[in-house]
Amino acid sequence: MEAGTAAREGRIARPEILLHGLRPQQRGWLRWLTTTDHKRIGILYLCATFLFFILGGVEALIMRLQLSQPNNTLVSPETYNGLVTMHGTTMVFLFIVPVLAGFGNYMVPLMIGARDMAFPKLNALSFWLVLFGGIAFYTSVFFEPPQAGWTMYPPLSDDAFSAGGGVDAWIFLIHLTGISSILGAINFIATIHNMRTRGMSWGRMPLFIWTILVYSYLLVVALPSIAAGVTMLLTDRHFGTGFFDPSAGGDPLLWQHLFWFFGHPEVYIMILPVFGMISEILPVFARKPIFGYKAIAASTVAIAFLGLLVWAHHMFTTPTPTVVLAFFMLASFTIAVPTGIKIFNWIATLWRGQIVMKTPLYFAAALPALFTIGGISGVILAIFPVDWYLHDTYFVVAHLHFVLFGGSVFGLFGGLYYWYPKITGRLMSEALGKLSFWLMFVGFLMTFLVQHSMGLEGMPRRIYDYDESLGVGTYNLISTIGAFILAVGVLVTVVNALKSYRGGKKAGNDPWQGNTLEWFTSSPPPPNNFDVIPRVRSVEPMKDIRREVAAAAVPAETVAQPVAPRSL
Amino acid sequence: MPRRLLPAAFLAAAIAILIAAPAAFADALTPESGGSQNADDIDTLYKLALYIGLAIFLLVWGTLIWSLVKYRARRGGRAEQIRGNTPLEIGWTVGAASILVVLTVVTFLYLKDIESPPASGPEGLRAAQAQFASVDQPNPPKGGGQVLRIHVNGQQYIWRYDYPSGDGQLFSYQELVVPTDTTVVLDLEASDVIHSWWIPKFGPKADAVPGYVNQTWFKVENEGEYRGQCAELCGSGHADMRAKVVAMSPDDYQSWATQKRDEIQKAGEDLAAQRKQREKDQGN
Repeated sequence: MEAGTAAREGRIARPEILLHGLRPQQRGWLRWLTTTDHKRIGILYLCATFLFFILGGVEALIMRLQLSQPNNTLVSPETYNGLVTMHGTTMVFLFIVPVLAGFGNYMVPLMIGARDMAFPKLNALSFWLVLFGGIAFYTSVFFEPPQAGWTMYPPLSDDAFSAGGGVDAWIFLIHLTGISSILGAINFIATIHNMRTRGMSWGRMPLFIWTILVYSYLLVVALPSIAAGVTMLLTDRHFGTGFFDPSAGGDPLLWQHLFWFFGHPEVYIMILPVFGMISEILPVFARKPIFGYKAIAASTVAIAFLGLLVWAHHMFTTPTPTVVLAFFMLASFTIAVPTGIKIFNWIATLWRGQIVMKTPLYFAAALPALFTIGGISGVILAIFPVDWYLHDTYFVVAHLHFVLFGGSVFGLFGGLYYWYPKITGRLMSEALGKLSFWLMFVGFLMTFLVQHSMGLEGMPRRIYDYDESLGVGTYNLISTIGAFILAVGVLVTVVNALKSYRGGKKAGNDPWQGNTLEWFTSSPPPPNNFDVIPRVRSVEPMKDIRREVAAAAVPAETVAQPVAPRSL
Repeated sequence: MPRRLLPAAFLAAAIAILIAAPAAFADALTPESGGSQNADDIDTLYKLALYIGLAIFLLVWGTLIWSLVKYRARRGGRAEQIRGNTPLEIGWTVGAASILVVLTVVTFLYLKDIESPPASGPEGLRAAQAQFASVDQPNPPKGGGQVLRIHVNGQQYIWRYDYPSGDGQLFSYQELVVPTDTTVVLDLEASDVIHSWWIPKFGPKADAVPGYVNQTWFKVENEGEYRGQCAELCGSGHADMRAKVVAMSPDDYQSWATQKRDEIQKAGEDLAAQRKQREKDQGN
């Protein structure tokens, strides 16, 4: 009203900026502790989750040492079961899911041209919940770590058979990381729906953003199921209920349904954003547009939807009617189609390109190769009569590591090498990167290929020792040696990252000739990300800008910090 | 030059391992079988899926490696700016789907043979010879005829087997004794946590879940010992929860059963006598 009057009187109403709400920036470590900047939170996520990755890796190495020969006595069966549980839980809940939140946190606002996430404080809360969930879980090492496996099947996980507090620590972890993931997911959803820059329609959104969005929706749908499950387990253990106790009218299979209704979408939660990462990396290094953008985006959504309908393929050996098993077999088969579409599109992206052989490309190209093996063994496992043989053997262990390590972790390492220069302003060493890749690739194949054979010979999972007569001694030795080669490979990347932080070559804004908006700003980006956000006209805005810059010979005035394309 | 050779050497090593490992161990890529006909069917079904899988593996790895080698950046090279190809997309979607249709059809063709227990063979245990639990047969075999129904109970960390017997008890722990050429149906239960019963040479495994009765079956052709172990994490003794099946001729089985039943009866009587004696001692 007053503004209208003012306008009529010829004065111009101006927006006011109120400064009294602004707090001075903290200094030193307090700045990290109190930060709500998505980039700093992203870095916190990445550092914390990589520490958990190393912890989980050490647990795996101890298990591999124990299994390196028949009837070994390095660790006790109780310790071994503890290691099985800690390794699985750490890798799933404290590494892969939150590390993707870390990459998402850092990259989503930059890639969609936003200045932060939609809810910065919620974002900080998400990180601290994961960290304290992890700490709460690991304190169980000082009393009694949980020993019922990361799947925590009752009655074994019930108080009658697991009286110690380890299972409770695990429940605490599930709740804390679960709340963190749901809050993080809501934040991603709000950010991606509302904060994309001008011109970035759904069809121009980077594929990594597509996958982070689908990842977020899947988390929101799947997590309540396990949250309910662990709450029921908690009351079964301490408050006299009997949800999973047959003697009290409960049902142990109810847990398996609740767990896997979460647990199988979780598999896609852990892989889809990595699919998104390599869908960014492959076209950049092939110097070609992504092949079949719409097919890849649509297959992401299809995988997520179908992923909600396959959970009971983890339960083929339970007392369940055949018609149910047949349904879950067919549903699991159908997932192979959109996954196959992605793999063919990635290969077609490389086809007739000009492939620049840098470390991110090595890791990104390894993903389709290794994931294909995991996919094939996945289809074999989905044939439920065959699963009656293979279920709970090392064949399954091999399968899940091919998709989670060969898929997720290799892709993640590609993402790390790809975005490290953006995050730190420095390039990682190519020599060390390639050394790390080959060690990891060969070590990985040595570790996990032979595990298929172990399972086919009849070696069940989660056994702390085995008899010589089982005939899997040689396989296990090969696998253990491979695991250590793999570990050295990971270590080389850790050394590379630490060394390059100070000593790496300066990256500049756009070291790879990227396609997406994060390469528009400086490396590392300023606190506000962008001074000027360019208008997006295609799925590859940076390519457009480079073309314009080249055409104009001098930087156009609307372009804030572009760098003319230069050869690598 | 050495720097270029290093990755090549690693690749050669990887390929050598890939090829040498399966070749070195004869049946490293296929399941155990030969114990029971359902195991053989599973083996066949698995091999079919494996061959299809190997073809896809070669296709993917072949085109991927070829693309990476052939289309490396070259001076003056030009990347084709192809954004997609709809017929190609439809092609591989339909292709992948039709492979899965084939797998589905074959699976259902084999399913009946794997799932439904057949009748016992002519050399098997006969009704006249033995005590089939004929009053307690909820699912008789499709082809008619009789099966030997054994009740299995999983406990931390041992298996208990209860056999049908006319009068008196007949049970054993850990070692399951069965007659050859006889269809054996197992009713699986667990009295504490979940276990899983599995003898690799017999094919399917089945979970023993507290509160449920699960079923599986096998029919052994050859006498001998068959070994397996619990396949579901059941606690600290999980790795030591072994299972053993001893298959013997129906006649041997018959005499084993008689002897075992007598032993159990005698042990029971001894126990009762001891108890009576103790009561008498306490009474005095």
